[in-house]
Amino acid sequence: MAQSVPIALRASVTAPPLPVVSTTALNAVSELSTKMALDRVSVCYGAFVAVADVSLPVYTRHITAIIGPSGCGKSTLLRALNRMNDLIPHTRLTGHVLLDGEDIYAPQVDVVEIRRRVGMVFQRPNPFPKTIYDNVAYGPRLYGGIRKSELDQIVERSLRRAALWDEVKDKLKQSGMALSGGQQQRLCIARAIAVEPEVILMDEPCSALDPVATLKIEELMQVLKSDYTIVIVTHNMQQAARVSDHTAMMMMRPDRAGEVIEFDVTTKIFTRPGDKRTEDYVTGRFG
Amino acid sequence: MSIPSADSSRRLIRSSARERGRRWMNIVMLGLTGLATLLAIVPLAWIIVDVFVRGSSALTVEFLTQTFRPTSIGGGGIWHALVGTAILVGVASLFSVPVGILAAFYVVTHPNTALGLAVRFGTDVLSGLPSIVVGLFIYTVFVVGRGYSALAGSLALAILMLPVVVRTTEEMLKLVPKSLREASLGLGAPEWKTSFSVLLPAALTGVVTGLMLAVARVAGETAPLLFTALGSNNLSTALDKPIAALPLTLFKYAVDPSKTRNAQAWAIAMIIVTLVLLLNISARLVALWRSKMMH
Amino acid sequence: MVSANQPRQGRSDSSPVARALQHGDVPYRAIIALSALSLLGLMVGVGIMLWLRSEPTRVAVGWSLITSKEWNPVGEVFGAIPFIAGTLNTSLVALVVAFPLGLGIAIFLSELCPVQLRTILGFLVELLAAIPSVVYGAWGIFVFIPAFVQPVGNFLMNAFGNPANFPFLPIFQGPFFGASTLAAGLILAVMILPTISAISRDVLLAVPRAQREAALALGSTEWETIWQVVLPYGLSGILGGIILGLGRALGETMAVTMVIGNVSKLSASLLSPGYSLASVIANEWGESRTPMYASALLELGLLLFIMSLLLNIVARLLVWSVSRKTPEQRA
Repeated sequence: MAQSVPIALRASVTAPPLPVVSTTALNAVSELSTKMALDRVSVCYGAFVAVADVSLPVYTRHITAIIGPSGCGKSTLLRALNRMNDLIPHTRLTGHVLLDGEDIYAPQVDVVEIRRRVGMVFQRPNPFPKTIYDNVAYGPRLYGGIRKSELDQIVERSLRRAALWDEVKDKLKQSGMALSGGQQQRLCIARAIAVEPEVILMDEPCSALDPVATLKIEELMQVLKSDYTIVIVTHNMQQAARVSDHTAMMMMRPDRAGEVIEFDVTTKIFTRPGDKRTEDYVTGRFG
Repeated sequence: MSIPSADSSRRLIRSSARERGRRWMNIVMLGLTGLATLLAIVPLAWIIVDVFVRGSSALTVEFLTQTFRPTSIGGGGIWHALVGTAILVGVASLFSVPVGILAAFYVVTHPNTALGLAVRFGTDVLSGLPSIVVGLFIYTVFVVGRGYSALAGSLALAILMLPVVVRTTEEMLKLVPKSLREASLGLGAPEWKTSFSVLLPAALTGVVTGLMLAVARVAGETAPLLFTALGSNNLSTALDKPIAALPLTLFKYAVDPSKTRNAQAWAIAMIIVTLVLLLNISARLVALWRSKMMH
Repeated sequence: MVSANQPRQGRSDSSPVARALQHGDVPYRAIIALSALSLLGLMVGVGIMLWLRSEPTRVAVGWSLITSKEWNPVGEVFGAIPFIAGTLNTSLVALVVAFPLGLGIAIFLSELCPVQLRTILGFLVELLAAIPSVVYGAWGIFVFIPAFVQPVGNFLMNAFGNPANFPFLPIFQGPFFGASTLAAGLILAVMILPTISAISRDVLLAVPRAQREAALALGSTEWETIWQVVLPYGLSGILGGIILGLGRALGETMAVTMVIGNVSKLSASLLSPGYSLASVIANEWGESRTPMYASALLELGLLLFIMSLLLNIVARLLVWSVSRKTPEQRA
């Protein structure tokens, strides 16, 4: 996809809010469509503000990376996209998170459906202690009424898309936990894909894996990109540079809240960042 | 029906039958679990209310201070049983608390040895033994040849108290920071001194709550006493003779055909239940207070 | 005080052995080890003593104790099947009632309940276990049977207990007078509820959060997460809780004795009076005049001991196994 008009956002307290409309207008110019959008999103745990006033587009079938030092709220921001923060008591979100233009935090929205459409892969692979087949089939089975032959197809398709089929096709009845770390993570990806999401969120998916497994997953992401919108949180800058199309740089404010200080095409973030703090971070001047 | 396809123009609000079915299932099942919890509280409330309502009518001063009188004469009370239970539980504590604390010391200082693990496991298993079996055991060991006695009863109760004391002491000792023990040993204090002068005081609330819970556990025990202390209608403080006990008297009076005795049984139940509830609640409150202090 | 065997260690006599000898740690260590051993010793001792003291009956009657149906102490016929059956029946009834309730409570308290209520409600459920058996028994006789068991039993008898309508269902056939296996089973259910609920709750809380998150992130409802992911994960522990509850139910004496009817005849109906191992020991102890009779009762106690010991060990192993079940991650 052509990297046309870069969109640099500085979501600080003084900047004007970025309405979804203007993003769409800009997108029309840039030929990028927005799958999801964050509009002045803040997330609070009780009185503590974890994420402050973030406005960000997530472009369809592109990979968006969120980088920044630890503790700056990257994971919290990611989890706002599939309402996983709801699981933590006393969490409040202000602003809007839009999926195809609709606010996913609106009162009548079915959370269960959101989470199907916006899938998630976690930092540590967490396959169920079930067979490989049952792991992948778990999601589709929730819908019921699927014939065994159809289910077999879904499982095979998902495992193929996750680049795991060849390695496990003869041992689908084995426990998912018996796989290596890298394979488990690909199993988790297959599991997430099986419910045909539109967006896949990845929360530091390679941080528990060795370099070889990490490389495999990064290659996989490039392939997945053609079918799914991907948002990845990573503390590994080189990974973000290798893998993503757009990058959002997050930093912790003095009041410990996280904010997005810069959002741009990845190459620009890593070669000519607009904000000095971004430059310091990506050049490794501070960790 | 297959999974909805990845069509981004679909609405977020689902309304298909299957989705509604899943939603309903969710609400119904979760509601049932709440109902189950409520159902569990019902018998508790019911028993407590019954015990207090029915027991209070027979609870007079005379009842508490007089000993047994046959129904033909009338009057009388359960003083002998109160004294009996006090003695049985008191002597049992004298046995179980020291042994329990010492065993807990061992387990805490040798956490990963075979014996340490075996003892922890064994304590759990011991706490699951039926109390009647414990009573039979003491019968074979202590009553055979000697006759029924208060001491035998105390021994049986002590065995029942042991696991509780060991467990609570052990948990408390584990909370004492290692540095405290190391500091004491580092200053040259011998192990036993460290244990008794440093660790034990630090774990004291745990020992106390352990004792309270252990007493609550055995105050109402009847079955083991049937084969050891036997029960009695007379006031006695001798350790080598049978002795009365509240639960034994409760049992006797509850199955007695006389209505007076039945009413008295409820009064005894009220006393025991009050004691047990107070001990349990206090132990909980102490533990809560303790954990608040530590944070 | 310098021991003659103390090795020369330089300035300070800091060898552990030396210190122990000097400061009385040897007796201390011995005493605490003994105390710890005594716990194990008690378990073994109980088994041994019951075995030894039940010898007369064991020798005279042999295996027929557990194969014979007739219990006639005067005639020196000791068949414990009615009691074994009664024990198992009451325990089964108790489990059937207490398991779904206990599991439901555990799910509610660990997954759904607001945190503030959790401690209080959990405490209240645990209080059920604090009420002594004999109080349950008295309550059973005077309140629970007339107010609850009687109507329920009558209903079951009228609805399902007619041999003409349900010839293959003997368990609800009359006559029914209140004191029965059903009554004992229901009271036992209340008594073992806290055990099942507490252990299940601990097991559920031990299931890693990551498992729940994985399920929810795939678009499961809360119930689907619990039913298809959390419960299967903790299944062995929950099973342990059930077995522990069973072990408790087996050994309960007073409450059962007071409501079961104490009739040593085998019956297929839950509505008939019955007898349990613990009850017969408690009830007939006073009447056991002959050494053979006493030893027979002791042998019943041995039986109870063995059953309960086995169940407890299996249960504890199962419960331990869940907390150590972590996903294997090989490189």
